[in-house]
Amino acid sequence: MSTVTHDHDTAHHGEHHHHAPSGLKRWLYTTNHKDIGTLYLLFALTMFFIGGAMAMVIRAELFQPGLQLVQADFFNQMTTVHGLIMVFGAVMPAFTGLANWLIPMMIGAPDMALPRMNNWSFWILPFAFAILLASLFMEGGGPGFGWTFYAPLSTKYSGDSTALFVFSVHIMGISSIMGAINVIVTIFNLRAPGMTWMKMPLFVWTWLITAFLLIAVMPVLAGTVTMVLTDKYFGTSFFDAAGGGDPVLFQHIFWFFGHPEVYIMILPAFGIVSSIVPTFARKPLFGYASMVYATSSIALLSFLVWAHHMFTTGMPVFAELFFMYCTMLIAVPTGVKVFNWVATMWKGAMTFEVPMMFALAFIVLFTIGGFSGLMLAITPADFQYHDTYFVVAHFHYVLVTGAIFSIIAAAYYWLPKWTGHMYDETLGQWHFWCSLISVNMLFFPMHFVGLAGMPRRIPDYALQFADFNAFISIGGFAFGLSQLLFVWVLVKCIKGGEKATDQVWEGAEGLEWTLSSPPPYHSFTTPPEVK
Amino acid sequence: MQRQPDHLPLIKRLLLATALMFGFGFALVPLYDVFCDLTGINGKTSTMAATADKAVVDAKRTITIEFLARPNADMPWLFAPQTQKMTVHPGEIKLVYYEAQNPTAATMTGQAVPSVSPGQAALYFNKMECFCFNQQVLTAGQKLLMPLQFYVDPALPEHFSTITLSYTLYDMTKHAPAETVTAQVSTGGNDE
Repeated sequence: MSTVTHDHDTAHHGEHHHHAPSGLKRWLYTTNHKDIGTLYLLFALTMFFIGGAMAMVIRAELFQPGLQLVQADFFNQMTTVHGLIMVFGAVMPAFTGLANWLIPMMIGAPDMALPRMNNWSFWILPFAFAILLASLFMEGGGPGFGWTFYAPLSTKYSGDSTALFVFSVHIMGISSIMGAINVIVTIFNLRAPGMTWMKMPLFVWTWLITAFLLIAVMPVLAGTVTMVLTDKYFGTSFFDAAGGGDPVLFQHIFWFFGHPEVYIMILPAFGIVSSIVPTFARKPLFGYASMVYATSSIALLSFLVWAHHMFTTGMPVFAELFFMYCTMLIAVPTGVKVFNWVATMWKGAMTFEVPMMFALAFIVLFTIGGFSGLMLAITPADFQYHDTYFVVAHFHYVLVTGAIFSIIAAAYYWLPKWTGHMYDETLGQWHFWCSLISVNMLFFPMHFVGLAGMPRRIPDYALQFADFNAFISIGGFAFGLSQLLFVWVLVKCIKGGEKATDQVWEGAEGLEWTLSSPPPYHSFTTPPEVK
Repeated sequence: MQRQPDHLPLIKRLLLATALMFGFGFALVPLYDVFCDLTGINGKTSTMAATADKAVVDAKRTITIEFLARPNADMPWLFAPQTQKMTVHPGEIKLVYYEAQNPTAATMTGQAVPSVSPGQAALYFNKMECFCFNQQVLTAGQKLLMPLQFYVDPALPEHFSTITLSYTLYDMTKHAPAETVTAQVSTGGNDE
C-alpha cells in the first residue's frame, strides 16, 4: 500500500482548490481519471503476480513427470484460475488503466466523460476477484474446468464453486462494459477542437474499436455464464443433450465471445506500439490511415472466425474451410501493421531505450505468435495441434510477449510523464533482457513438445517430454523472478529519480507531452487547439 | 471550464446495444437449432415420426447402418442394440430392436437421445417409430425391447455409404417424473 499512498502525493501535486478526502476514502471516492487509471494499473499488477504465482505452481508441478507437488484437481484449478486472472484481472484492467490515464490527455479533455461510473467500474473489480479467489478455499476447491468452462464440464461435472465463478464473471463483464461505454463517450464527445477522427492518436483509435468490441461481446459472455448457471442449478437444458440441448452450442456461443476477446486484448497493444516506435525512430508513423483501416478490419473479421477453435467438433468441411480462410484473411491487416512499424523504423534515427526495446520485442515475438496462429488455422493441421502445448505456446506468444510486453512498454514509456521522474534505465534494461531470454526459454520449447503430442491441461506427461519441461520450468521461474525487477523499477521511479522534462522523449509527439510532468490533476481545463 | 456536452443520448444507445447483445447471446440458442435443422450439422435427427409415402426403394444402392448405444455415465441401465450393423437399400423400411434393462431396485425414467454421424446424413435418416420419441419408465429389474423403425431417404447424397446411429441413454428420473409422452425440445422443420 506504500506505493499507493506515495503515488497519491505525486498525482495530487499542485492541486489546492480541490478538497478531496484523504486516506483510503480518497481512493474509494475518487472520480479522477488519473487516480482511477493508477488504481486499475496497480490492480492489474497485483493480479499479474497472483496469476503468475499460479503459473509457478503449474510449472513446478510440470518440472518432472509424475505427480509431485499438487493433486490433479488442484492443478486443474490452477490452470483455470491462472487463465481467468490473467485475461480478466491483468491484461484487460491494465489496458483500461492505460485508457483512463492516457485518453483524456491524448484528446485534450479534462477528464473522462463519466467519472462516477468510472469509479464504480473500477471498484467492483476487486470484489469480483475476491469472490473468484475465495472459491479456491472452499470445500471442493475453485473452478477446475479451464478458463473456457466448456459444458458439460462446467454444468455437470463442476463443484459448488461454479456459482461463485459465474457471479464473478458477471461482475467483471459489467465492469468492462462500463469502462467501454466511458471510453466511447469520452472519445466521441470530449475531443479538443480540431481533433478530427483521422488526427486521433492510434492508441485512442485502437481503444475506441476495442470498446465497441467489448460492448458487442461481453454481454454474450454474460449470457453464456448465465446459461451455465441455469443449466447447473435451475434445470434448464441449453447444453444438456438429455433435455434437447447441445454441448457444442456452448462452444459456439463461448467462442463468439472468445475470439473478439483475444482482439480486445491485442488491439490496444497495437496502439501502444504505434505510439512508441515513431518516438524512438524519430519519424512519424508510416501509413497512419492504413493502420486505422487495418484495426477496423481486424475487429470486423474477428466476428467471422470463432469456429476455428472448434475444428475437431465434427463440423462439415464447408464450414471448416470458411473459418479457415476467414482466419487467414486476418493475417493481411495484421501484416499491414507489422510492415508499417518496420517501415516507420526504416532509415529512422533510432535509439533503444527500454520502451523501444519492449516494443521491438513485441513486433518480433508477436509476429511469431501470429504465425503459429496461422499454422493452427490450417484445418487439417489443426487436428494434430488441437489441445496440445503448441496451442499454449501460440497464445502465450500473443498474450505474454504481445499484450503484456506492450503494457510493460507503455508503463516505461509514460511513467516519466505520470510520475515526473525518469525510471532507472540500467535496471530497466536488465528487466528487459532477463524477461526476453527467460520468456523464450519458457514458451519456445512448448512448440516442440506440442508438435510431439504433449496435451495441455494435464498435470503429468510421458517421459520423453521430461527434459524439455524441466527447461521450460526454469524459463518460467526466471521470467517470474524477472518481473520483480519491474516492481523495483516502478517503486524507485514513483519515489524519486531524475526530474523528467515535459517532453520526456526527444521524438515524442502528441498532446500528452505538452502537459507538465507529472500532469495537473485535471488534464486540460481549457481545451488545446489542434491544428 | 468548457462546454459540457450532453452525453445522455450516446450512453442510451450504448446501453441499448449492450442489452441487445445480451439478448443476441440467448437468440443464438434457437438460431443454432434452426440452422442445424436446415443443415443437419450437429447430427440431430428429427424428433417427430416420419411417414414413408414418398419413399421408393432404390435397390441399386446399399447403405451400411451401424447401431451404437450407451448409457450416460450417470445412468445405471443396461442398454444395447440387438443388431450391430445391417445393410439397407435407400427407401427400404427396416425394424430393429434395442434392449434396455433397469438393474436397480427402484423405478427409473430414461430418455435416449440419438445422434447421427456423419452429421449431414441426419437429414436423410427418417425414423417412423422410435423409442427415443418418448421417455421410458422401467420398474426395478424390468427388461424392455424397444423398437426403431426407419428408412433412409433415397435422396441421400452419393458420397454417404455408411451411417452411424448412436444413442445415449440419460437418467431422467429426477428431471421429469414419468409423465406421459413428453415430446423433446427442438423445433419442427422436418419433411412433414
